[in-house]
Amino acid sequence: MAILPTLPSYLQQSLAVRARFERLKRREVILEVKNLGKQFPSPRGAVTALHDINFKTHRREFVCVIGPSGCGKSTLIRILAGLESYTSGQVLLDGKPVVGPGPDRGMVFQGYTLFPWLTVKKNVMFGPQMNNRGTASEALQWLDLVGLSKFADAYPHQLSGGMKQRVAIARALANQPRILLMDEPFGALDAQTRCKMQAHLLEIWKNIDITILFITHDLEEAIFLADRILVLKAHPGEVQELIEVPVPRPRNFNEQYLSAEFLATKARLEQLIHPPQTDDEEVMVRPQMIRMARVGDDVENIE
Amino acid sequence: MSALQQSSKARLEPFEESAVVEKPKSTWGSWFAVRKELPPHGKWTLTIGSFLLPLLLWCALSYVPFIWHPMMRITAPGSVDYFAQNMLVEKSVFNDETANARAQGKALPQGIPANPIYLPAPHQVAKAFYTAFTTAPERRDGQWLHQSLWHSIQIIFWGFVISSLVGVPLGILCGTYTVISRLQEPFIEFFRYLPAPAFGALAVAILGIYDGPKIAIIVIGTFFQQVLVIANTTRKLDIALLEAALTLGAKKLQLLFRVVVPGILPDLYRDQRILLGWAWTYLIVAELIGTSSGITWFITQQARYKNFENVYAAIMIIGIIGLVTDLVLAGVGKWLFRWERSPNKA
Repeated sequence: MAILPTLPSYLQQSLAVRARFERLKRREVILEVKNLGKQFPSPRGAVTALHDINFKTHRREFVCVIGPSGCGKSTLIRILAGLESYTSGQVLLDGKPVVGPGPDRGMVFQGYTLFPWLTVKKNVMFGPQMNNRGTASEALQWLDLVGLSKFADAYPHQLSGGMKQRVAIARALANQPRILLMDEPFGALDAQTRCKMQAHLLEIWKNIDITILFITHDLEEAIFLADRILVLKAHPGEVQELIEVPVPRPRNFNEQYLSAEFLATKARLEQLIHPPQTDDEEVMVRPQMIRMARVGDDVENIE
Repeated sequence: MSALQQSSKARLEPFEESAVVEKPKSTWGSWFAVRKELPPHGKWTLTIGSFLLPLLLWCALSYVPFIWHPMMRITAPGSVDYFAQNMLVEKSVFNDETANARAQGKALPQGIPANPIYLPAPHQVAKAFYTAFTTAPERRDGQWLHQSLWHSIQIIFWGFVISSLVGVPLGILCGTYTVISRLQEPFIEFFRYLPAPAFGALAVAILGIYDGPKIAIIVIGTFFQQVLVIANTTRKLDIALLEAALTLGAKKLQLLFRVVVPGILPDLYRDQRILLGWAWTYLIVAELIGTSSGITWFITQQARYKNFENVYAAIMIIGIIGLVTDLVLAGVGKWLFRWERSPNKA
């Protein structure tokens, strides 16, 4: 991507944006991750998947986690959800340590995880029912929120991918969690649907009291959605930078994706995630590979 | 629902992504497309054909004299003293005797080519089918075919029910909890290699000579496979569904009864259908144990009197019962598990 010479720093924030971040940081802390680390044993000794991760999310904040593949983003969110253990540090939800999975942290997965034997409505009711609450009318309200009340009695296999993920969001929200964890929820969708889903998610987030932690590998998705972006690096998974997105809200992708703030943030993210190669190993080309690629060559050099 | 109060603004119209369904073309090329659905009429033609082909072969063998017919049925004994009307003799014997008679200038025996007694023609079996249900048994204490059949069906039913009552829950537990799996499966894995009929004598010693040991053989033959098959099916349930349930607040037993059991139900049902077929294969051996009974008694009895058309009829009835049961169960399954994605999983 050509970087315009006039691009401002991504650190420059307009007054409105700065004021917003100040308000945001004064809000209560919902999730706090302190010195979080995870190691797992392997035949070649212990591998560090995550090392010394620290961050906080405030109430009604939208945080995206981004990083190259293998940086442990999924491991991180699975630890937060309580689906995986960690080896050091602390995860605090409302100041209390997290032990195992629970309804106070909703999760939307990348794959489709609706229960295929339940109708859309009963899928949404599943969480509240596990905790002995919840009525059908409440479920319908949540479906209404994601625009799918017409499909309340449909089965998941009758829905498109985007609709399935919207039901999954409604299902996670129906438990009224403190935080919504989303693990690349739109990763399996086509570009067009994904775009609509992003706008839709922002709309939902704006209208209810929910804090969102969203994992993605799509830079533009992260900038479009997030208040702050947690950039991880791989081997070991560490926090590289916590970027405050200077793009003002309300967000509109078509109007903003060429704005100076958007491009500056994107340039910074690209710099962090795909740093310019200085290593020689990347340019090293094995000569025998070239020979194999030649068509109609004699094969006299076979050893 | 405080979080929902401001939600009215967030209502969005659903956006549906329509899928274009391609209409299958019924050219010959499409019949041999790899792993593709057949056009509906082709499906039925082939289904009927799969039954018609063996039937045609059987008809050809039975009614076209020059294809096989290794015997001669005597129509007139002529001068051969040990020939009798309707007697079956080998062709070579018949030819020798004819040559003999011709050399001695005596009356020639007459005969027509015929198949051995153990291969009756389709129409004979069809007739046996009919008469088996309409004529009283020859011996007074003998059983009607439908009585024998009913007895066999009861044996199968109880064997399968007893096996399932323990096997299905145990299989699900093995597939869900590693502890139970490690505690049970190695032994079951060993036991399933022991041939069920080997326990026949033991079963008779313990359970007497009537229905007890027969049911026991069916149970032994089914149970161990059942546990392993169902444990495997349970393990195939997508772990993501369990994780989703966990994040929604499901606890241990809820996880088992609200996620694992409903999630595997269609596959469990399919397994049970296959296992029921399995149970039938143990039936004949089971019924030979102790006092012979049921359809097996009928078959062995008829074979003793060389009424092979009855034997064929009885064997076919087992097949028909099996097939019809399975079709009915498949239909019920389709109705029960309407929520299932793939329409071609029968």
